[in-house]
Amino acid sequence: MAVHVQNKRKLFLDSYHQTNRAQRSREREAVAFIFSGEGGEVICSRRLDHRTIQIFDRQLMELSEHIKTANVEDAVLRQPLHPAARGTLCVTGHHLLFSDREESSPQHFLLLLRNIDAIEKRMSGSSGTITIKCKDLCVLQLDIPGMEQCLNIARSIETLSCLENVSEMYPFFYRPSDQSLKDQWGLSSTEKHYSQMTDLHDRWRVSSVNRDYSVCPTYPQAVIVPKDINDEMLVKAAKFRHGGRFPVLCYYHRKNGMVIMRSSQPLTGANRKRCREDELLLQAVIDGSDKGYIIDTRSSQQAQQARMTGGGFESKSCYSCWKRLHRQVERGKALQESLIKLVEACGNDSHNMDRWLSKLENSKWLSHVQTALSTAGLLAECVERDGHSVLVHCSEGTDSTLLISTVAQLIMDPCCRTLEGFLALLEREWVQAGHPFQKRCAHSAYSHARLQQESPVFLLLLDCVWQLLHQFPLALGFSEALLLRLATEAYASSYGTFLCNSDKERCVSRVKEKTLCLFQALLRPKERRCYANPLYERTELAIWPSVHPQSLQLWRGYFLRWTQQARHLEEAQEEIRNMVILWEKMALT
Amino acid sequence: GTLYLTATHLIFVESSSNNSTSILHHHIASVEKLSLTTTGCPLVIQCRNFRVVHFVIQRERDCHDVYSSLLRLRQPVSYEELYAFSYNPKQNDQQREEGWQLIDLGAEFERMGVPCDQWQLTDVNRDYKVCETYPRDLYVPITASKPIIVGSSKFRSKGRFPVLTYFYQEKKAAVCRCSQPLSGFSARCLEDESMLQAISKANHNSRFVYVMDTRPKLNALANRAAGKGYENEDNYSNIRFQFVGIENIHVMRTSLQKLLEVTGTRSLSMSDYLVGLESSGWLRHIKAIVDAAIFLTKAVTGEGASVLVHCSDGWDRTAQVCSLGSLLMDPYYRTIKGFMVLIEKDWISFGHKFADRCDQLDGDPKEVSPIFTQFLECVWQLTEQFPQSFEFSEWFLLQIHEHVHSCQYGNFLGNNQRQREELQLRDRTHSLWAFLMSEKQNYLNPFYSPAFSELHPVLEPSTLPYHFKFWRNMYHQFDRSMHPRQSILKTILTLRENSRNGESMLQALENVSALTELQQLGVTPVATSEPPAPPPTRDQRSNDGQEEVGEEAIEGTDTERTVEGSSATESRKQRYGELEGTYNSELAKEEPAVVSLEFGVARMTC
Repeated sequence: MAVHVQNKRKLFLDSYHQTNRAQRSREREAVAFIFSGEGGEVICSRRLDHRTIQIFDRQLMELSEHIKTANVEDAVLRQPLHPAARGTLCVTGHHLLFSDREESSPQHFLLLLRNIDAIEKRMSGSSGTITIKCKDLCVLQLDIPGMEQCLNIARSIETLSCLENVSEMYPFFYRPSDQSLKDQWGLSSTEKHYSQMTDLHDRWRVSSVNRDYSVCPTYPQAVIVPKDINDEMLVKAAKFRHGGRFPVLCYYHRKNGMVIMRSSQPLTGANRKRCREDELLLQAVIDGSDKGYIIDTRSSQQAQQARMTGGGFESKSCYSCWKRLHRQVERGKALQESLIKLVEACGNDSHNMDRWLSKLENSKWLSHVQTALSTAGLLAECVERDGHSVLVHCSEGTDSTLLISTVAQLIMDPCCRTLEGFLALLEREWVQAGHPFQKRCAHSAYSHARLQQESPVFLLLLDCVWQLLHQFPLALGFSEALLLRLATEAYASSYGTFLCNSDKERCVSRVKEKTLCLFQALLRPKERRCYANPLYERTELAIWPSVHPQSLQLWRGYFLRWTQQARHLEEAQEEIRNMVILWEKMALT
Repeated sequence: GTLYLTATHLIFVESSSNNSTSILHHHIASVEKLSLTTTGCPLVIQCRNFRVVHFVIQRERDCHDVYSSLLRLRQPVSYEELYAFSYNPKQNDQQREEGWQLIDLGAEFERMGVPCDQWQLTDVNRDYKVCETYPRDLYVPITASKPIIVGSSKFRSKGRFPVLTYFYQEKKAAVCRCSQPLSGFSARCLEDESMLQAISKANHNSRFVYVMDTRPKLNALANRAAGKGYENEDNYSNIRFQFVGIENIHVMRTSLQKLLEVTGTRSLSMSDYLVGLESSGWLRHIKAIVDAAIFLTKAVTGEGASVLVHCSDGWDRTAQVCSLGSLLMDPYYRTIKGFMVLIEKDWISFGHKFADRCDQLDGDPKEVSPIFTQFLECVWQLTEQFPQSFEFSEWFLLQIHEHVHSCQYGNFLGNNQRQREELQLRDRTHSLWAFLMSEKQNYLNPFYSPAFSELHPVLEPSTLPYHFKFWRNMYHQFDRSMHPRQSILKTILTLRENSRNGESMLQALENVSALTELQQLGVTPVATSEPPAPPPTRDQRSNDGQEEVGEEAIEGTDTERTVEGSSATESRKQRYGELEGTYNSELAKEEPAVVSLEFGVARMTC
């Protein structure tokens, strides 16, 4: 998150009205942050002195022990698309602050420490250079005079950029003046979602069997299940599923009443255990219609192997009405390595065409996009065209399962394609459904740290959505800018939305009381203007993406975001927005 | 459906929906008869505009008849058989003449500021005596006398001596072009040396002139054995010699074949696609051309030096590099009219061998090569990097490509100006430029910003490999399932059109009822777009076995031809509708799934 801040509010607001790019809104946020202080105290300093930093860090005394050198004069900042700047560097508990020395119009640069993926330091003589590689793929360089200062700064960055304790993280301190903790956190809930879909009420009910998170620690408190299945049966079915993630409803297709369910793998194990309640639960899902499909996002070989470790799959004999399809969608380590290779290829300045193409191929990222899209297409086809209900799962049911079901819903359901609908979908299918954001997004492509549970599944989702947007530029109510913003926020955010790994953890850390909600913030009128698609025109039809390799493209807006060419494209998009707004005005007069 | 063969077109009419597809015989690159199947005899037709069509004909004998007729029809032996000579778009002679006068190269050189105190028009080639593949009007340095020119031309392959092609007025630097010198291992030519000296002297900004040999060094060395070669820096004072390494026409031809083989594979996986893209080398060649053009541009605009560009004969790579370089330097060439001028100047008048390279007549297959296609692709790559710099959109490039091969207009017939004059093309055929100009609205790029061009008169594209993309809309123009289903370009154009209409209506009608009407227009703009026809290729396949061979009407009357001619342009327009695939309710219901249940991978259209 590279943020430039003009230090005078008025100046900034003027320029804000001139350009209403997505980036601007972030600046506004940062301005609000800097100007807020406490009791609306306005800080208007040419140079950031120690007092200023104290204001930033009033509540963060415990973090200050990691800051040996807080202030460095005469540092040089180099960032892509900008000339090098000389000025003062400050380290605070959660930010790097750089203000240059331009007397006429001083520029501030603000970087969330959480956004830093890796740093490299290089010493030469009495000064040092720190290369900062951010999780949003931006690469910065800082030249710092004085070896000791340089080492101190580097150490602070290293420690503060990967704080483990959730309650120390920035969202717990972020208090912009125009948003309040009293605002609603989140867009919807299971109950609300259920009450909006009246067609559902005959055969489905909301169960709060998980109200204390004891049945499934990664599910929300309320889930939608078939009416015929009581809570006791659910408890038993949960014991038969990995991590307690028993089959729950995630999508109801209004046109034909078919549903998408998701779960984790059944724990059949080597000796083919059965669970009567689980079978009944699935039976209740199809109820009357002839059959359903199970899409297992592992290859059949992987599914077989899972039995050795207690997992497994639904066998034909026990689930006679269900037809199983295996489609291997990569996740976990393989996906993370794919991202690392791709980013490495994009950062390579070699002018050799063959090398680029072979590295792109070698990274396999586009293959993963292709499989994800075609599996989601398969799922949507089962529901929309063939009229069957489908259960999706992988092993844990927290990664590729969510990816596939989300994309399929976008393909089929026009309600998910609006700005609000999409954010609500993400909230339902990713935040509430227990995608472990904190584990998956702890590091991005640059980190040298040993990989633990990192995996860019959410990024892959955003890439798939971008491909949809690319193929159907009028059918989605949001723009590429939103996808870029979400990709950044998932890795480092001022908001609490992507903190923690599950609803339970968020509850324990009191995230909903103590942080602000990103989705709510994105829906404010000012932000909405940046993220809405100016060409949006609702269509009730399914949008079937083409998955020919020739139809899929590298998401240049993200992976080559910090190049001049991306800037040109951004300008062209801005042009579209302005034109459409102008024409709309003309149409109204 | 029913298949009809006429004198100029192959027409397929579907029996169920009456949709028809017509293919110009000149567009057919190859016809192939596959082995007999239970449903009939399959026939595969590959077109030069990268369309591939499959027919299944029930009786083998009929299939063979069609096959042999097509073989004969697709390659005429004389120019008179080409479609351009029979095509009649209902214009009178005056309109035809006006069409041909649209582009005036004399005026173009005047625009550049030539003739001037250093450069003049020479009449040595008035009668095509010195070089028969050059145009009549040539511009040379003032100090280059006739004996020098004639002497120099004798020392250059095919007599193509150094002449001016672009003048960068701001720095008085010139871009000149020629063919390779006949230097062998040691030959010299004083006239040629003074010719280069004259070019150098015409530019006071720089002490030297760059000589760009666009071939790989190895090729140039090999040419020396045949008595040709490259300039020896010791013999020419004040030159800087540079190889840039663009491969020859044979390598390019093979590369495109490989590319098409890869992209034509059914159920292509992402890995195979990328590996194939790499091994075809196509994008590497495209990048090499752009690299060369950037080198040229930097030398001229940055250093203010004059540059002499050549390859072997100076009509393939030289044309690519000179025209692309000019396009980077001069915003005028990025407008619709300017782009036509550029093609007319660097390609048509300087004798790029369109007839041979595009296989217009039954000729030597080794002479065929996608050199001009590469140029169009390079331009497209630039439009992708600079969306605001070009007045025209991708459709303009595709339309030009279509007509380079269609032989429907006279512009690209023949190999050089002299031949065109002999064929009396100006009197007997029509000009493509006039037709494109009349349809200008269709080719506008809505993002074009003249202000951006003013700010960045010289484009500096990045040549990092990831900025080069596969041009799907060219090589899969007719595989509709691969294209985005909705087009930003089309929508913006429609919106703009509507808002223009709205504006004018607003001015004309000021009563309230008109105002409400207007609002309706503004609110539902895209609904007015016409529903596109379903993709022809797929439907033909699904109609397997129902094909009938219609009457073969080899002899067509003139009136019939007229009708065909106009329908060809209409169907072209319709195809545009397809290309950018407006999303339509009926279409979505009828269209089979892109993702099929059995395979889980995309179903390929032919």
